[in-house]
Amino acid sequence: MLKSLIVAVLIGFSLMAGASAGTLDVVKGRGFLNCGSNPGLAGFGLPDDKGEWHGFDIDFCRAVAAAIFDDPTKVKFLPLSSKDRFTALQSGEIDLLSRNTSWTLSREVGQGFLFTGITYYDGQGFMVHRKLNVSSALELSGASICVQQGTTTELNLADFFRSNNLPYEPVTFATGDEALKAYETGRCDALTTDASGLYAQRAKLTNPADHVVLPEIISKEPLGPLVRQGDDQWFNLVRWVNFAMVNAEEDGVNSKNLEEKTKSESPEIKRLLGFEGNFGEGLGLTRDWIYRIIKHVGNYGEVFDRNLGDGSKLKIKRGINSLWTKGGLHYAPPVR
Amino acid sequence: MASNSIAPGGTYLSHKNAPVLPPPKQKDAWWERLRRSFFGTPLSAFLTLLSSGLILWLTPDLLRFVLFDAVWNAPDGEACRVPGAGACWAFVWHKLPYFIFGSYPEHERWRVVVTLVLGALLLAWLLWPQKMGKHPDKPFAAALLFLVYPLVALVLLLGAPIFGLPMVDTDLWGGIFLSLVVAGVGIVVSMPLGIILALGRRSSLPVIALASTSFIEFVRGVPMITVLFMANFMLPLFLPETVHIDRLSRPLVGVALFASAYMAEVVRGGLQAVPKGQYEGSAALGFTTWQSLRLVILPQAIVHVIPGIVNTFIGLFKDTTLVAIVGIFDFLRTVETARLDPVWAGPTISATGYLFAALFYGTICFGMSRYSIGIERRLAERKKGRVA
Ligand SMILES: N[C@@H](CCC(=O)N[C@@H](CS)C(=O)NCC(=O)O)C(=O)O
Repeated sequence: MLKSLIVAVLIGFSLMAGASAGTLDVVKGRGFLNCGSNPGLAGFGLPDDKGEWHGFDIDFCRAVAAAIFDDPTKVKFLPLSSKDRFTALQSGEIDLLSRNTSWTLSREVGQGFLFTGITYYDGQGFMVHRKLNVSSALELSGASICVQQGTTTELNLADFFRSNNLPYEPVTFATGDEALKAYETGRCDALTTDASGLYAQRAKLTNPADHVVLPEIISKEPLGPLVRQGDDQWFNLVRWVNFAMVNAEEDGVNSKNLEEKTKSESPEIKRLLGFEGNFGEGLGLTRDWIYRIIKHVGNYGEVFDRNLGDGSKLKIKRGINSLWTKGGLHYAPPVR
Repeated sequence: MASNSIAPGGTYLSHKNAPVLPPPKQKDAWWERLRRSFFGTPLSAFLTLLSSGLILWLTPDLLRFVLFDAVWNAPDGEACRVPGAGACWAFVWHKLPYFIFGSYPEHERWRVVVTLVLGALLLAWLLWPQKMGKHPDKPFAAALLFLVYPLVALVLLLGAPIFGLPMVDTDLWGGIFLSLVVAGVGIVVSMPLGIILALGRRSSLPVIALASTSFIEFVRGVPMITVLFMANFMLPLFLPETVHIDRLSRPLVGVALFASAYMAEVVRGGLQAVPKGQYEGSAALGFTTWQSLRLVILPQAIVHVIPGIVNTFIGLFKDTTLVAIVGIFDFLRTVETARLDPVWAGPTISATGYLFAALFYGTICFGMSRYSIGIERRLAERKKGRVA
C-alpha cells in the first residue's frame, strides 16, 4: 500500500518535473532539435539525392540548431502535411514548426501557438493555363479551382470569390502535389496557393511557359516559424535567431567574410559576433551564438538566395522580402 | 434370380457394383480446348473479344511509353521533359541509391547491403525445398533467422561504437531497405506472437483467453492509420517531456502488433481445423500439452492455413507503406519525394516513379504467392504419397 503510494507520488513528481522543464533544456538534454518541416516543396523543404534536407524553412531549423549546438546537423526533421502540422506541435512531438505556415490570429489564440516572426512575406496567387486567355483573377467566374486542405489558402479562396460575387467550384486535395496533378490533367481551370509555392509548382509542369501566374495577390501570407505558447525562453530564442540573421545581412556579415568581420571595429558587428556584451547567455546560449549561425548557415540574404533566389532553380525575386534599407519589409530590432 | 430387384416399398436396389469405367477420353485437340474456354458461350466470346480489344488498344501505347520512347540515359530531367517522351528511367536510375537507402549516410551503406544479403541467404536456406528423408536443418535455420539475425541486423544498421560502427539514427533510414525492415519486423514478431495469441484465445484459463481475445478484437477494431497517427504525432502528450521514444520504433511496434492480431486469427482457423481426435490421440499417447502442441497439433494447423499466412504477409508488406503518413520515408515515400526534385520534375516523372514502385511491390508479392503455392503443392503430394 505504502509502496504503491510512493510510486504514484514519484510518477507524479517526474511528470511535473517533465512538464516544467523548459524546451531549451529538453532540447539540450536530448542532443538534437525536433523540427516540423514540409514533406516536399522545392525551395522550402525537400530532401536531395542523398536524402539530405534542403530549403529555406529547413535552413531556419539548422540555424537554431547551430545556435544551440554549434552543429547544424543536430536536428531531426518530421515532414508534416498541412493538416497534421499543428497536432504535432501541440503534442510536443516537435519543438518548432518551420513549414511555410501563415501567421494568423486564430492560429495563435485559438490553437495556442506563437509565431516567432516573419521569415517570408508571401501572398496567395493563381496559376492558369495560358490558352485560357485569362489575365486577371476576376475573370475566373465559374471556374473550378484546385486548392489544398487545411490551409489559409482554402479560406482566402472562399473570401475572394464571395466578396467579388463570383461563382466558383473549389476542388480540395490533401497534398500540394495532388492539387498540381489535378490541375495539370485538367481537373481544374486554375491552381491557387502561396505565390512562392506557385513558382515551385510551375517548375514541375510539362511546359512551365504555358502557364501564367496571375497578377492578383489575394491575401497576406506572412510565413514564419512557430512554437507552443508558455515557454518564453524558447520563444525568444527562436525569434532572435531570425532577427540575428536579418541583422547580419544588414551589417554585411556573411559566411564568407565572417573571419574578416571578427576583426571589425564597428560596435554593432562586435555585439553581433559576441565580442562586446553578453547577449547569448540571456537567451540560454553562448556568447558566439550568432557567429555560429552565420558560420554554419549564413545570413538571411544568403539563405534566401541559396534556396529561393538566384542561387536556386526558382529564381524568386527578393521584392518585398528585401531588407527595409532596400525597400523591403525585413526590419529586425537591434542586438544590444 | 434377377440381379436387380424391387424392394418392398418400391426402392430400386442393385446387388452388383457398377462396372468401373475408364475416365472419359480427352479427345479434344489443344485448340479445341482453347476455343471452349474462350468462346464457349456467347458471353464468354463477348468478354474475350472485349478484353483482347482492350489489350490490343492499350499495349502499343504502353510499350511505347515504357520501352520505345523511354529515356534511358540523361544527366537531368531536360531530356524527359520534351513533349512525347516516354518513361524517364534515367530518373529512376539516378535516384536508385535514394530509393534503396533513403538518407542512410553514403559511406555506411555497405552495412545495409551486408544486412540485406545476410537476411536473403538465411531466408533462402529456410525456404529452400527440402528433400524428404534428409536430416532436417530447418529448425536451426529458423532459430538463426528469428533469434540471432534480428540482433545482428540491429547492431549493423543502428551501429555500435564499441565495434567501430558509428551510430546511424533511425530518422536517416529510408527507402526499400526501410520497407523491408518494417515488413521483416512485422513478420518475425507476428508469427510467434500470433501463434501464442491464437493458443491463448483457445485456452481454458479464462484470464488468458479473455486477455488474448480482447487484444485481438481491440486491434482488429481500430484502423492502423489511427494508431500510427496517435503514436507519432500525439504520444508526447502522455509522456513526460524528457522521455523521447524513437520515431521509427513506434510504428514498428504498431505494425508488429497489428500483424500479430491478424496472424492469430489465421492460426486459430488452423487450430480449429485439426480434428479433436488428434488432441485425444496425443493425450492418449501420454504427450504433455506442450509436446502434443509442438509435435501433433501445430504442424497440422499451420499447414492447413499456409495460404492464409502468406496472405497476411502480403497484406503486411503492402501495409508498410502506411508508415509514410507519419513522416517515415519508406520506399513509396522516397519515390513520391524524389518526384518533387526540380532537377527532374516533369510530366512523366510521377508515372515513371509509380511504375517502378508497382514493379517492385508486384514482384515481391507475386514471389511470395508463388512460393506459397509451391509449398501447398508439395505438401499435397507428400500427403498423397503417404496415403497411397
Ligand atoms: N501558407 C499557407 C499554405 C501552406 C501550404 O500548405 N502550402 C502548400 C503549397 S505552397 C504546401 O506546402 N504543400 C506541400 C504538401 O503539403 O505536400 C498556410 O499556412 O496555410
